[in-house]
Amino acid sequence: MNVWIEKQKYLIDFTLASLARRKAKNLGLLLVYALIVFLLASVMLFTHALRQAANELLAGAPEVVLQRMVAGRHDLIPPGYLERIGRLRGVQEKQGRLWGYYYDPVVKANYTFMVADDRALAPGTLVVGAGLARTRGVAPGNLISFRAYSGKLFTFSIADILPAKSELVSADLVLLSEADFRAFFDIPPGHFTDITLRVANPLEVRNVAGKLAQQFPDSRPILREEILRTYDSIFSWREGVVLALATLALLAFAILAWEKASGLSADERREIGILKAIGWETGDVLRMKFWEGALLSLSAFLLGYLAAYVHVFHFAASLLAPVLKGWAVLYPRFELSPVIDGLQVTTLFFFTVFPYAAATLVPIWRVAITDPDAVMRG
Amino acid sequence: MIFQPAIIALLLSSLLCIGLLLAATPFAIDLIRNWDLASGSERQLLRERRTYLLSTLLAFVFATQLLALLLFVFNADRMASLFVGAMCAVGTLQANAFGFPALLAQILVFFLAAVWLVINHVDTRAPDYPLLRTKYVLLLCLLPLLLAAALLQWRYFLALKADVITSCCGSLFSDATPGVTADLAAAPPLPTMIAFYLSLLLAGAAALLYRRWQRGGYLVALLSALAFAVTMAAILAFISLYVYEHPHHHCPFCVLKPDYSYQGYALYGPLFVGTAAGLGVGAVQAFASVPTLQSVVPVVAGRLAGLAAGMFAVVAVVASLIVLNSRLLLLAN
Amino acid sequence: MIELRQIHKAFNAGRENEFRALNGIDLQLPAQRVTAFRGPSGSGKTTLLSIIGCLARPTSGRVRLHGRDISGLPERFLTDIRRRTFGFVFQQFNLISGLSATENVMLPAYPLGGERRALQARAEDLLAGLRLAHRRTTQVELLSGGEQQRVAIARALINEPPVIIADEPTANLDTALAMEFMAIIEQLADARRTVLLSSHDPLLVDSSLVDRVIDMRDGRIVAAAAAAGAGG
Repeated sequence: MNVWIEKQKYLIDFTLASLARRKAKNLGLLLVYALIVFLLASVMLFTHALRQAANELLAGAPEVVLQRMVAGRHDLIPPGYLERIGRLRGVQEKQGRLWGYYYDPVVKANYTFMVADDRALAPGTLVVGAGLARTRGVAPGNLISFRAYSGKLFTFSIADILPAKSELVSADLVLLSEADFRAFFDIPPGHFTDITLRVANPLEVRNVAGKLAQQFPDSRPILREEILRTYDSIFSWREGVVLALATLALLAFAILAWEKASGLSADERREIGILKAIGWETGDVLRMKFWEGALLSLSAFLLGYLAAYVHVFHFAASLLAPVLKGWAVLYPRFELSPVIDGLQVTTLFFFTVFPYAAATLVPIWRVAITDPDAVMRG
Repeated sequence: MIFQPAIIALLLSSLLCIGLLLAATPFAIDLIRNWDLASGSERQLLRERRTYLLSTLLAFVFATQLLALLLFVFNADRMASLFVGAMCAVGTLQANAFGFPALLAQILVFFLAAVWLVINHVDTRAPDYPLLRTKYVLLLCLLPLLLAAALLQWRYFLALKADVITSCCGSLFSDATPGVTADLAAAPPLPTMIAFYLSLLLAGAAALLYRRWQRGGYLVALLSALAFAVTMAAILAFISLYVYEHPHHHCPFCVLKPDYSYQGYALYGPLFVGTAAGLGVGAVQAFASVPTLQSVVPVVAGRLAGLAAGMFAVVAVVASLIVLNSRLLLLAN
Repeated sequence: MIELRQIHKAFNAGRENEFRALNGIDLQLPAQRVTAFRGPSGSGKTTLLSIIGCLARPTSGRVRLHGRDISGLPERFLTDIRRRTFGFVFQQFNLISGLSATENVMLPAYPLGGERRALQARAEDLLAGLRLAHRRTTQVELLSGGEQQRVAIARALINEPPVIIADEPTANLDTALAMEFMAIIEQLADARRTVLLSSHDPLLVDSSLVDRVIDMRDGRIVAAAAAAGAGG
């Protein structure tokens, strides 16, 4: 066992020296390798952080939302629905919600107007999302005007700006009082956009939804877990698409690795010939090359992953964000909380180290079987 | 089909492994047919060099399968959020009929590849390569199994469909995934616990006896396989319960999660290594009477037996620690 | 101790460019003697040395080492025997540039996995014995031709092989350095090592240190005789 370890140490030693002797070439390969890791890791870290952020935000959302449908379109909840729900087993709280979209021609963006349910707002005041505040250039205390769909002009004063932490979903949010909301959108009293229900026991959620669907055939219950699931699969899907595109880059990389491994310089060939002549065996050369690949892969992996980590979590993935987020005009600007995930690291490993290893396998063998007497034959 | 990075990685890697092995098949057949160590012809020299390529390839496939196994379980656990009723990997794997068969096939491939590598190792330590034909015939037998495992995986992933809201209809249309259950059936805890310690003890003792007297190599393999099966049952029946401190959550996968401080790795790692080593001890017994291997087999198998015994001991200790440190009282009175 | 029976070696057998380098060599090489193979280039000296030194396998024929038939061994085992039995000095010294003299000397011992400190000490001793102590950390490409050859000799000795094989060792050396090399060979012969040389350098082949000269032509041995000045 000791002999074995000693031997591997010698091989690693030699590999390090031989890598160092061909700095330029190996550095080039290392950089390309690290770049590939960086790209893929950025995609993965970013989507994962987004998913995580969405999960955290939705954690506080109501378990069930009831929407009324008219002709297959989402419509207002008429008066009386909230009362008709009555007492349902497992429902802790039910509430009518008011929200809607507003197109602001000034910045050419859509806002979400919503009645705040957790804070009381004085009539005439607003709380806005950080993204909106940024694009409209407003601060607390400023006045802001919107022309309602009815044509009337409303002026509000900004009471507060939502914390940047929740910006992923609140960038375009405008919170206002119920009276203001009804006046602005012309919604008569008693009508709501939808109804939210809080259900404590996760096992009850489906029962509650089932009863609601029976009781209100014109409405659809939407479950939080399903929104989460949908988000999850959308994010994963996007990640998958980007990665599938990245496969092309991987292919190019694998070809490069193959090239590098098979197109060994005459110098390197001679060196392996010498090693074989002075007593190294094919297996020794294979092991030496294995260590070379392992060292190269490991450093490229670490380097690329670290760079991606910095890119995503300190520079908010500035290179990728437009591709992977982009569902609203107001891009949220937010700090993602750093998450490193075992599954992702393993997957990333498969996407980078595996192709490299597979691509270099045969070329390495080809070099390793150099005839030991080749150096004598000149 | 769910389009996810881990799934893409698994499918691509299994495709690549099969591609590599298929490409190597003609070489293997040529070796089986024409191997002649006594010949000094250039063809024979080339054949000898190809044996290096094939061993390296197999080692590579083996390493990949090991990683793929990990990724497969990892990913199954993560995908649980995509299926109604699935809480962890168990639910995901039951999302269609191919999940568990795919997992089992993967495990089988892992063990067989390990055994192949052991036989290969033994063979290369005898100067006449006495098992060369045998091992390449075995390699050819391994290929269909690898294909089957890959096929199961493909079928499994292709048949997966996430329960996602569609724009036209609400939630209740999506609860139709049949057969998804959160838990696996489990054996009663106390008898399983006895069986668990007993099987580990027997396997470990057999391995130590082999190491000491080179007797009963097949028994080591048999008892190792048994210990593997019983330990899996034990994880289902009681070890997992102690980990989760929950009397009804029989799940062999959640123990791998960070929520339970990765205790599963300390359990599965030694278990898989120990079982593979134990199987290796048995596999090489078949060749113990080959003249040039008479001195090799006992050495290699003895080392493997020591490894197996050590690993089974670790499994027993880890399981005991889990049970002792748990706040769950499963066997009170 | 080394016995060759009907050794044939053909390259590209069965093809148009088939080349028969050796045509039925029968030879017995006693231990602790200096034997020189002489012949024009292409006569098969180098091929024969590489077969004796287990660098290559004969196409047919038997090689016996200490009475053991080693011709049917796979590369893995042949290499193992080679490492422990033969040390090689090549015509082009074949050092690995970028590595120090000591590291070059240590290379053949790497696959054996011995203890590092002992190995390094042994390498430095060998270099010191060849008057290279002051050069031991110098990269080999900065050494002179004679120094490079001495490093190559030290490398050949690192695994303490009983047999030294040198292929055209003086071809790249001027007369003074060739004399120096011969002095080293003499020391090795005195230390009861077997030395096998291939050369057509009269300075070396006709010298008194060679016990036996074997003449080769077209892959055959044409004459084997005790050298004129053989001492023992």
